[in-house]
Amino acid sequence: MNAMRLAALLGCAALAALLLSLFTGVDGFTVAGSAEARRMILLEVRLPRALLGFMVGGTLGLAGAVLQGYLRNPLAEPGILGISGGAALGAVIAIHSGLAQVVALALPLAGLTGAALATLALTVLAGRGTGSVTLILAGVAVSSLAAALTSLALNLAPNPFAASEMLYWLMGSLTDRSLTHVWLAAPLMAIGCLLLASTARDLDALSLGEAAAQNLGVDPTRLRWVVVSGTALAVGAATAVCGAISFVGLMVPHLLRPLTSGEPGQLLLPSFLGGAALVLLADVALRILSPMGDLRLGVLTALIGAPFFLWLVLSRRTELAP
Amino acid sequence: MSRATTLSASGIGVRLGGREILRDIAFTISPGELIAVAGPNGAGKSTLLRVLAGLTPPDAGSVRLGDMDVRTMDRRSLGRAIAYLPQDRTVHWPLKVRAVVALGRIPHGSGPQRGESDIDRAMIQAALKQTDTEALADRSIGELSGGERARVLIARALAQDAGILIADEPAAGLDPAHALALFETFVAIAAQGRAVIVALHDLSLALRYCPGAVLLKDGEVAASGHARDVLTEPMIARVYGITAKIAEVAGVPCVIPVSVRP
Repeated sequence: MNAMRLAALLGCAALAALLLSLFTGVDGFTVAGSAEARRMILLEVRLPRALLGFMVGGTLGLAGAVLQGYLRNPLAEPGILGISGGAALGAVIAIHSGLAQVVALALPLAGLTGAALATLALTVLAGRGTGSVTLILAGVAVSSLAAALTSLALNLAPNPFAASEMLYWLMGSLTDRSLTHVWLAAPLMAIGCLLLASTARDLDALSLGEAAAQNLGVDPTRLRWVVVSGTALAVGAATAVCGAISFVGLMVPHLLRPLTSGEPGQLLLPSFLGGAALVLLADVALRILSPMGDLRLGVLTALIGAPFFLWLVLSRRTELAP
Repeated sequence: MSRATTLSASGIGVRLGGREILRDIAFTISPGELIAVAGPNGAGKSTLLRVLAGLTPPDAGSVRLGDMDVRTMDRRSLGRAIAYLPQDRTVHWPLKVRAVVALGRIPHGSGPQRGESDIDRAMIQAALKQTDTEALADRSIGELSGGERARVLIARALAQDAGILIADEPAAGLDPAHALALFETFVAIAAQGRAVIVALHDLSLALRYCPGAVLLKDGEVAASGHARDVLTEPMIARVYGITAKIAEVAGVPCVIPVSVRP
């Protein structure tokens, strides 16, 4: 499919999903109550939820596409560098310590701190080399440590309520976020996404391997810096605000790759828009399936994602592993 | 066409993991020259080519392009001056053949994101034609045979339209017809005033097509100069440890490895 047409199509889908998210409530498509109440619900409940869904979905799709291209590994996803694990750990600690109850915005701020520390650890561990294997190994180390410490916090939860709050948070959700959350995360996500999007041509060149890419003008040290800092800002902020929404970053680039000409750089914009549409639609489905809000977004995306991925692997295993 | 400039290296030394790979190498190539780099496995051919292409910074010595040190050059302009074809023929995504060749235009500022100029299109078309890959243009690179893929990657390097072409064993895996055609192409682009450095194991091809030759052994230059003076029976015996005969068949020089020397 023509690249422009694909982007336009996905852009329309994302926009439609955004509007659908704005105008879908737990009790259908109408908003009950007085004009004032309707305004409140639209602006303070649904608008932040829809905006966050758009940004977080887009960020995850884009980061997944960039990391798959950069690491030249179709199994890469936004969590592979351990940054989202760090953000999750930070938020869990905020709940564990009780800070989340006392200080406004303690949760997302602790999440951002966790993401920053994870990025620092990643850079130290990966060292000054440029190989993708060292970066993946460093990412595995950081995310395993973050997961272990998250389990420890859950294990030592002060009371069952805190434990369930941590678990729910880890599952990822867009509910009960305010416009303040949007303002906190949006600038970081925007800068991160711009950094990630700027790698398009370098990723194309990397299709030929590191040596040929370097000959085509890629500076491997600079590229790694852009990828890591872009992921840190975009995915770190997304996870700090919404928890871990799984499978989007892995699934969306795979879904869209056959519709593009195949260069990793061509996949970035479609993956951003596709991710945004997918997360928004999943969030709308959530409100219809589970009006009481007890089903979590991250659980739903994983429930859609895992079978989808299975199907994808089965139907294309000859292409994926020639 | 990008104008070629003299590429010269002196005192090149490279150490990797405590092992000395190259020691005190001098190398110069001027526009219009075609030089073969030969030597046994592990002699340092690939490392020398990477150093000359400005990809591996040497631990000693320097590489100069005209009057500029390649280490100080902007990577894009270096990519317009030197095209480097690695030995590794992996293409990581199932790209169409034409898209792979088009990647060679990246240093010129074109690409899938910014569109192609008429010059880009002409260069891509010419590169496909020179490597006999026009018929493959719309196929996915993953469907091709090893030799076809090698030719597509050569086309990528040719599309780069650089004054200097550095190719690491480009003929490996090619059938005889395409190997001969490849070296005819190298001769033709050298005749256009470009410089070509090619690492290879086929000494017959080197003798037949390359006016210049450098023989490496254990990270040092064993001999360099005119190919006919470098690739001699005694020198091949010394560097490769084999008894070889050089014969002329139908006016074509052939190097025949006879036996491994005890």
